Amino acid sequence: MYIKECFYTSKREGESLRMYKFNGLAEDFEQALLNTDRVVATSIFRRYAEATEGFSHIERLVVNTLDQIGEKWERGIVSLAQVYMSGRICEELIDEYLPVAAVKRRESPRIAIAMLIDQHALGKRIVTSVLRAAGYNVIDFGQGLTSESLVEKTIESRIEILLISTLMYRSALKVRELRDRFERAGYPVKIIVGGAPFRLDEGLWERVGADAGSRKASDIFALLEKEVLS
Amino acid sequence: MNAQPMSSMNRVLTTISHKEPDRVPLFLCLSFYGAKELGMTVPEYFKKPENVVAAQLAMREKYQNDCLYSFFYASIELEAFGSETIFVDDGPPNAGAPVLRTIDDVFRLEPPEIDTSPGLTRVLRATEMLKERVGNEVPIIGIVMSPFSLPVIQIGFEKYLEMIYFRKDAFERLMEVNDSFCAAWANAQLAAGATAIGIFDPLSSPSLIEKPTYIRTGYPVAQRFISKIKGATAIHLASGLTLPVVREIAETGAAILGFGVADDPVALKKEAEGRICLLGNLNGLEMTHWTKERAHRTVKTVIDQFGKGGGFILSDGHGEIPWQVPEEILIAVSEAVQLYGNYPLE
Repeated sequence: MYIKECFYTSKREGESLRMYKFNGLAEDFEQALLNTDRVVATSIFRRYAEATEGFSHIERLVVNTLDQIGEKWERGIVSLAQVYMSGRICEELIDEYLPVAAVKRRESPRIAIAMLIDQHALGKRIVTSVLRAAGYNVIDFGQGLTSESLVEKTIESRIEILLISTLMYRSALKVRELRDRFERAGYPVKIIVGGAPFRLDEGLWERVGADAGSRKASDIFALLEKEVLS
Repeated sequence: MNAQPMSSMNRVLTTISHKEPDRVPLFLCLSFYGAKELGMTVPEYFKKPENVVAAQLAMREKYQNDCLYSFFYASIELEAFGSETIFVDDGPPNAGAPVLRTIDDVFRLEPPEIDTSPGLTRVLRATEMLKERVGNEVPIIGIVMSPFSLPVIQIGFEKYLEMIYFRKDAFERLMEVNDSFCAAWANAQLAAGATAIGIFDPLSSPSLIEKPTYIRTGYPVAQRFISKIKGATAIHLASGLTLPVVREIAETGAAILGFGVADDPVALKKEAEGRICLLGNLNGLEMTHWTKERAHRTVKTVIDQFGKGGGFILSDGHGEIPWQVPEEILIAVSEAVQLYGNYPLE
């Protein structure tokens, strides 16, 4: 994954001795998140923020940690609840950090997230937290949306990348209808899908006409890098 | 192969006892799929218990199914709490907005009465009618959401996780209400004629809640709840990982464990052997685009992995066959069980 490569590359080349110094700290940060220990996670985060300069170090710590946690979920080592709580804590930390450090959120590409048809939105919340924790601005269109209303909102907000989360199989199949509506409208949005149906049926994202499928929340970083760089 | 085929009931009881019956039992969990069988929309189908009974009996005949499934839909339990169900014509009914808006609302929540809920009453009537038709020949499987997993649709996953980790008082109160309601609902179904109760409990899977938290929360809830149920029980983790919690689930007293495709088959069979009967694990979503050959190949593989020595029922891995699975694939699955599932296995 691109972000992870950056992190390790900078370590290898000795560009950031701080990353060496804080290597153990990153592990402690991950453990605090997995323990849902906001106090310890906040303490580690603040120490790190004080000792480093610039948002890029903070971003790498957060992105890399959330990606590690996501990988562990894929391997059955941690739970979805831990993924969710870790994302929420990181989001809160970044929300607190950005104004103090006078850092603005990334406005480009313009990203929105929505639940198509479905109401129960944990997956959407996890992806939103993970992206916000990495400094992205994400517009949340909400849940229970029809493809028609989603097309309207997307065009109106000039969205470039639309993240769709679904829980039910029937809703996942509706992504095809959404894609067709965008094509008829001549609007070139990139659609990235995720959620249980896409995990259980790996080729489903392609069959419904999405541009990419994401198995876990932190996959979004690599997909966005690819999208931004392409 | 035995000369006389066993009844579905004996086939299932034998495999649950970790012995080999005449063939591997087949549980096709067909709930709203019954509407397709009768050529109805889903909302129309669930209005009358007679529809469910007619479809269950017809589908048992068509697919040689070894169970009847009196399950309507998960949110029917929420209707008893005053919540809404959202129906679509060609898919599973879904729970509407959570009945609890805030965490503190749990302190005003009381367990609803079973007999005042029109939805639950329809399920009980369907169960009674199925029992009248099949007696003890075929197991009738009733379904209850577990007290531990029900809050996902009662209050929403996010608030429920806040409760689990940070609001022990609210969590315990909600478990008290749910335990009382869910046990009464399970026992009402048994009294109406259900042979066993399937408990949907996805949150007990380490895919959703890490094991140490489950041991502290969901596990004691399951032990207490199952001890109140006056009949056999199965726990279904609805596609989540099961291997790390097989022993704990067996210790709750459940006789059957529903599993999906997330587990290592060799390790899972070994862990469950002699402890708990496994039920699984065809991928329902992939079945929507299987060929008949793929159905035969997959059924044979799964039987090879799990069938030896009994303690195994072939089913899907989620507890519900999707509407989009073609009928001919279900027939192919059934044919494959007849072909490859006869004991002693080759």
